[in-house]
Amino acid sequence: MIPETRTFKENASKALKDENLQSALKGMEGGFVFGRLATIEKLPEYDDIRDGAVQIKKHVLENLDVYLETFEANVIKNGGEVHWCQSPEQARQKVLELCRSIDAKTVTKGKSMIGEEMDLNHFLEEHSVEPIETDLGEYIIQLADERPSHIIAPAIHKTKAQVSDLFHEHHKKYGKTERLEDPRELLEEAREILRPKYVTADVGITGANFMIAETGSTVIVTNEGNGDLTQTLAKMHIVLATPEKIAPTLEDASTLLRILARSATGQEYSVYTTFSSGPKRSEDLDGPSSYHVIILDNGRSEMVGSEFEDMLRCIKCGACLMHCPVWSTIGGHAYGWVYPGPMGSVLTPNIVGLEDSCHLPNASTFCGRCQEVCPERIPLPRMLRKHRENAYNAKLGAPIERTGIAVWAFFARHPMLYRFATGLAMKALKLMAGSKGKLRSVPLASGWTGARDLPAPEGQTFMAQYRARKQRRAGGGS
Amino acid sequence: MTGARDQILGRIRGKLGNDKRAKSEQAVTDWLAKPGVKPEINPIPARGQISGEALVDLFREMLSVAAATIDDVDDIKDVPGAVSAWLAEHNLPAEAVMSPDLCMDEIPWDDQSMLTLRRDRAQTSDAVGITPVFSAIAETGTLMMASSADTPTTLNFLPDNHIAIVRKSDIVGTYEEGWAKMRLRDPRAGDGNFMPRNVNLVTGPSRSADIDKTLFMGAHGPRRLHIVIVDDVKED
Repeated sequence: MIPETRTFKENASKALKDENLQSALKGMEGGFVFGRLATIEKLPEYDDIRDGAVQIKKHVLENLDVYLETFEANVIKNGGEVHWCQSPEQARQKVLELCRSIDAKTVTKGKSMIGEEMDLNHFLEEHSVEPIETDLGEYIIQLADERPSHIIAPAIHKTKAQVSDLFHEHHKKYGKTERLEDPRELLEEAREILRPKYVTADVGITGANFMIAETGSTVIVTNEGNGDLTQTLAKMHIVLATPEKIAPTLEDASTLLRILARSATGQEYSVYTTFSSGPKRSEDLDGPSSYHVIILDNGRSEMVGSEFEDMLRCIKCGACLMHCPVWSTIGGHAYGWVYPGPMGSVLTPNIVGLEDSCHLPNASTFCGRCQEVCPERIPLPRMLRKHRENAYNAKLGAPIERTGIAVWAFFARHPMLYRFATGLAMKALKLMAGSKGKLRSVPLASGWTGARDLPAPEGQTFMAQYRARKQRRAGGGS
Repeated sequence: MTGARDQILGRIRGKLGNDKRAKSEQAVTDWLAKPGVKPEINPIPARGQISGEALVDLFREMLSVAAATIDDVDDIKDVPGAVSAWLAEHNLPAEAVMSPDLCMDEIPWDDQSMLTLRRDRAQTSDAVGITPVFSAIAETGTLMMASSADTPTTLNFLPDNHIAIVRKSDIVGTYEEGWAKMRLRDPRAGDGNFMPRNVNLVTGPSRSADIDKTLFMGAHGPRRLHIVIVDDVKED
């Protein structure tokens, strides 16, 4: 997939003017944010579990190569196969090769962000294999030919009316001519259309939330049950994973799972958590005949031991997106690649390169909510700052930004000058504002004043007030 | 793709320090040597560390949170009647596909002569599936299902209605207790792995809020999950 990360600023402006998107994003925060809080409140041990979860992932990363080898050995023991791929291109070819080995015509797919990284659907279509997304949200965006705007709620940017239109347009070929509007009826129609696809599909592809080293199991978490029908009814089960998804034991996975659903959707537990260990056993009545795990690196191994290693602890819950004022305002597509929001702004430059994505680390107010809600306590703001620093040092970004930063840095290093200049600027702004007390536009700040007025500063500068207060205190006042 | 494998693993090892390989091997061996709960790494919520009727009550409470329905019967012989009544109440045909599992034979199904049961995996045409559980986890009202020749996975997902028969003795407090029980399963000859092809943790009926952020039951899996709790630990 060609990243559209370079045009982040234009994408964001477009997103702000997109009425459908703005209406879909409205009020969405509430359910997720309060739901998360409510379930965490009912679990007094939440922070201890979080600490355990951080330790598990740190331990995994410290010994990652040994864990991956252990996992691989156990998958083989279970009768499965592991395929290693460095790039999305290698992984796409591997999937196609596996599909062709059983002459596959159709593939059902559970939700997989790694599949998005590989841009797998377009590739399979080009090679005459029909991919069918079965997660309802993924199905909707497949019909719309879009990418997910959220890592766990991929179609959250779509309004009900847009879904109605999409189903109306694409379900005609199944004899569904009525344009449905009721969400319940829309869901029923999708269920009815997707059901037979599970049975006829040759290959079922799912992602993996975890890879359990001790048992060679892969784990998926869903609420719909689509991932299970996908992997149980097809002849071949292909799992798409990345190296950092290891959890050493079943108990470690349970610790991680306790925080995953609560952080993701505010549920006590997701409806279906499934551990898959190899193909159907000879005595089993159902299950796939073969089982393959594709481990796609795509830049992760370079992050091990680097200043971005903490990012590899991410369990993809999406809490940082839901709590981000930037994501909540512009949605996910503006970020231009697979992973949006704070976690995406840290991860994407590591995968597609900072040169192509140097705007992403700027898509943050540094309010810190992402780190606060991250179940793995990932220091997202610190890493965003690191990206900004790297971008500055590599002379990326617009010259005007660099000049601005350089000018500010000069003043910041000369406190006397800084205070003098801010005092002067304050007076100037006050003068310009006149009796109205606010400014409609300010030179060099049209980005800010384009959408709102700037209130004129009142009183004294912070430093002047601080000094005055200190003097009062010294004088015995309160 | 051996080349890719060696390059990925080699790069990771290089980043971690080639001299630390032996230490890593030891660390992994130590971590995996004692299977089970490591108290400082895997804190267990107090919520699930209870027993007796309190445990059953927590299971009931969390099942309700997960939008499953519950029926309590005093004796195993009352199960067929309860199942028939539930089917009638929901205007469902007295027909179901049921696990071939032997533990279902302890239930006197013949008492309900109207009820037709097929013992097999599920097909898309099956409206009702009846299964036992491997374990039931009170902490979140979760059913732990282990696949086998006698307990096919399709029964948990294909029928619109899933009825699970839970004996009180199946109920444990936490996932970890379920895993401890799983670890005692007879490993298949030679391979030493206790895990079945599938372990499904099921917490309520299937659902989705992908359209209009409105939550509806029955996205792809069962629309209804009904639990019959059998009192098999009566103290009197």
